[in-house]
Amino acid sequence: MAGAGTSGAGQLAAVLGTGQTHHVSRRTDVSMAGLCREAIDRALADAGVGMADIDAVVLGKAPDLFEGVMMPELMLADAIGATGKPLLRVHTAGSVGGSTGVVAASLVQAGVHRRVLAVAFEKQSESNAMWALSIVPPFSMPVGAGAGGYFAPHVRSYIRRSGAPEHIGAMVAVKDRRNGARNPYAHLHQPDITVESVRASAVLWDPIRYDETCPSSDGACAVVIGDEAAGDAAQRPAWIHATAMRTEPTTFAGRDQVNPAAGRAAAAALWAQAGITDPLAEIDVAEIYVPFSWFEPMWLENLGFAAEGEGWRLVEAGETAIGGRLPVNPSGGVLSSNPIGASGLLRFAESAMQVMGRAGDHQVEGARTALGHAYGGGSQFYSMWVVGADKP
Amino acid sequence: MATPLAPDTPLSAPLDVGFDYTRSLGPVLGRFMTALRERRIEGVRGSDGRVHVPPVEFDPVTSEALSEPVGVADEGTVVSWSWMPDPIAGQPLQHPFGWALVRLDGADTALLHAVDAGSPDRMRTGMRVRARWVDEPVGSIRDIACFEPAGPGAEPRGPAAPPPAGTEPVTMLTTPVHLAYRHSASVQESRYLRALAEGRFIGQRCPACGKVYVPPRGACPADGVPTEEEVELPDRGIVTTFCIVNVPFLGQRITPPYVAAYVLLDGADIAFLHLVLGCAADEVRMGMRVEAAWKPRERWTTSLENVDHFRPTGEPDAPFESYREHL
Amino acid sequence: MNRTDIAVVGFAQAPQVAETTGTTNGVEMLVPIITEVLETTGLPRREVGFWCSGSSDYLAGRAFSFVSAVDAIGAVPPIVESHVEADAAWAFYEAWVKIRTGQARTAAVYGFGKSSAGDLRRVLALQLDPYTVAPLWPDAVSVAALQARAGLDAGLWSEKDMAEVAARSRADAIANPYAQLGDQVDAATLLDQPYVAEPLRAHDCPPVTDGAAVVVLAAASAAEDLCEHPAWITGLEHRIDSPVLGARELHRSPSTAAAAAAACGDIGTDGVQVAELHAPFSSQELLLRREVGLPDSARVNPSGGPLCGNPMFAAGLTRIGEAASRVMDGSADRVLAHATNGPALQQNLVCVMEGRD
Repeated sequence: MAGAGTSGAGQLAAVLGTGQTHHVSRRTDVSMAGLCREAIDRALADAGVGMADIDAVVLGKAPDLFEGVMMPELMLADAIGATGKPLLRVHTAGSVGGSTGVVAASLVQAGVHRRVLAVAFEKQSESNAMWALSIVPPFSMPVGAGAGGYFAPHVRSYIRRSGAPEHIGAMVAVKDRRNGARNPYAHLHQPDITVESVRASAVLWDPIRYDETCPSSDGACAVVIGDEAAGDAAQRPAWIHATAMRTEPTTFAGRDQVNPAAGRAAAAALWAQAGITDPLAEIDVAEIYVPFSWFEPMWLENLGFAAEGEGWRLVEAGETAIGGRLPVNPSGGVLSSNPIGASGLLRFAESAMQVMGRAGDHQVEGARTALGHAYGGGSQFYSMWVVGADKP
Repeated sequence: MATPLAPDTPLSAPLDVGFDYTRSLGPVLGRFMTALRERRIEGVRGSDGRVHVPPVEFDPVTSEALSEPVGVADEGTVVSWSWMPDPIAGQPLQHPFGWALVRLDGADTALLHAVDAGSPDRMRTGMRVRARWVDEPVGSIRDIACFEPAGPGAEPRGPAAPPPAGTEPVTMLTTPVHLAYRHSASVQESRYLRALAEGRFIGQRCPACGKVYVPPRGACPADGVPTEEEVELPDRGIVTTFCIVNVPFLGQRITPPYVAAYVLLDGADIAFLHLVLGCAADEVRMGMRVEAAWKPRERWTTSLENVDHFRPTGEPDAPFESYREHL
Repeated sequence: MNRTDIAVVGFAQAPQVAETTGTTNGVEMLVPIITEVLETTGLPRREVGFWCSGSSDYLAGRAFSFVSAVDAIGAVPPIVESHVEADAAWAFYEAWVKIRTGQARTAAVYGFGKSSAGDLRRVLALQLDPYTVAPLWPDAVSVAALQARAGLDAGLWSEKDMAEVAARSRADAIANPYAQLGDQVDAATLLDQPYVAEPLRAHDCPPVTDGAAVVVLAAASAAEDLCEHPAWITGLEHRIDSPVLGARELHRSPSTAAAAAAACGDIGTDGVQVAELHAPFSSQELLLRREVGLPDSARVNPSGGPLCGNPMFAAGLTRIGEAASRVMDGSADRVLAHATNGPALQQNLVCVMEGRD
């Protein structure tokens, strides 16, 4: 510890406010600028600040090919209030929303700025993500089939390695979609979904079923992060207790694709920085990046909430539902809304909303410490944070 | 499709990336495009009273959302210009033309467009230009075909075109983005691809960790050094894990359903994705022994596609522990 | 010294060439220079505290093109890493921030671009407003030409001034073994050449360049172990201007002026001996000199600058590396580097570095 007002991560920083759009498959009523601004205006209002109070902007989104604009932050500069200010564009694949939050936090933790706006968006309806992710370069075998095609074999490996029963994937889907029904911003609202209906849905990438798959969404998320003084002045901010990012290559000999080393390393660093020794006992709620339902038990293990091969038991016992020992994705998660570039920042924002007591109908009672998590690429990029109601 | 080159030259081939993006416009840009379809130009008033053309949704100074439309003329003054002697694909004119920032009468900011001036000698800052409209406007900046010199000496305008069809507001814009690239394989991968063209698999060993990579790598991902020692590999191995692709999608080249499997060749330390046929999809198993089913020799190129698919050999499955570390 | 004291301690760059045979993920260019900079500094690969890179998917024509570049690091065990879709000078900024938080003591920053893979002039049109501008496909050279004209019309520079910038850059680049271009030409001869985009002639425009660069930064607690004469960062700032070309005064760059003023501090640019300016077009050097407020005594782009080699997404980081090298080799005490992103110098970064005796 470097003294008063700082931690191992630098100076103290806190989430002052969050905002997000209503996520839908096609937001045809707004431009990209309008979409971002909807989230930004809500975040500024939630934080009780104006655009003039913002010192710098960090923008994250996934590949530029999704919208067909090269470095869209350039053309969005006026709309996101960045003109005349520092603007950073982060791109770390699917983890980018989380990385956007981490980089914005670091600008405050470094003592560079007092208030930073993090904004992340994806407007998938401008093109087709399956197309963009499946462009076949010459000389290769055109066997890829988007993100689902990439992850399904690894889900199969998880099931084989852990011996998890087949209904676990459906249970996660039911929980997240029912949670999403409590979240007015969620893309999918399916309060009546059942394990039976999920298991009856089409198998898209065996073993992944349609109802176990995230939707394709347009959406944006914004978070205002302030320094210690701003946090002290705010009504119930979410203090940032720890952040972590880790990366490993997409493929290498002997790589564990089910329980990747980079995720384990990020989690270990995160818990150490937050002073957490027993995450399952000390984390009250987690927003974890789960685009395919099987990733919930996989990440529970990777993050250290459960021993390897045991994550599915928490799911089966209902411990990850609201009211369980560790509610996971009370917002409905990525399975209920997936504006790709924004999905990570949504996890971070939702974790903050929980400890700020501003999660509305999906509030976890008494949540004081929360995890926000994102991953990307071939399960190789990780970004996470721990936020708490208590000042570190 | 590959370019024939000297034996050690890395292989390269064209890679075309194209999509017709569908852009939703929102109220401010939608109104602008709707006006263009009616051969009118409409800007927006900024926080400081300036009239922005093209309209901006958010004020560049205050970042306030803007909404007050202001009609402006389709004639104006060039505030800066350049000359394009060799137009490139997609530009407004395909013969030499001027690019200009044009401040339309009634506007305070300038619009970028082409000026059909014939020669750079006719271009100058301060010159008067007017819009030349296309015959069938649709609600796009390209409804202005270009600008043309106006003022004294200019040719008189033709009769006004008939009013355009369509009365619904313009809310969407389609913008085709088609780009041509040249994709290169690394030196190491090129050796492997050339071996494939001869019906052989080669890998390379990392000098640091000793692992055999197929395809060989410009950098061993674990050590950051190129793989070196060449290792001939058999065209058979095991399925480590797989999925069955049932979903069709844009650009797909194999008709679903198909089994996409990680195939680990005997002697290799890393698996690659390929297709498994030769048995029912639900009979494919983790650990199943497979061999390459090559396409007819006359169809071989420098591509992994020379292997049409992998098929079961009928040998006993590999034990789980033997490939566990490859999952 | 305190935790905010951070220095550049190493720099390496790939040859700037018209076309490499390498892949668009940059691995072939990155492997040797990462090895070189780690050997020069003596920083073990697996002890680098933070890695950050800058590159562009649209340069490569593929989504997630930066992902394979990580192979060049040898990221096993996992590393702390991030990426910006911008010139790697902004990755340098992110790394500087990371070290300031105390979460890392050292950082390696790299940028790479295989500009030759596509039609760069056309690809860059996708940086313009996608609704009202990009559908016309204004190419990057034409947009720069509009900016050059604005300065000519405002009387800020002449075509002769521009040719003199080019001639000086080309002569300086002779001594830079990494530069793509470099020769003795006189401005008068250059002015006899035809326009490629009036008022720009070929010499006013950068070559299309493939290249890569890597810079190592270190906190005070590590810097002097890694480098005899670290280039201490005394100011690092960046700003962005409006994207609306027709609303900007194109002969001005308020974002550069603001970043420079903030980075230079109270003493301004006094004593700046060397400035490396990320000015891909000759007119932009003239514009940037004014906005930064460089003293006449400052040597500008002794490397030859982007006019003699413009590796997209690494050229800005290269400016920082080149300027820092003048401190690290003891030939200058105070240097300034500038980097840019976007059409007509929309986004600008200024880094001031100093030696310490």
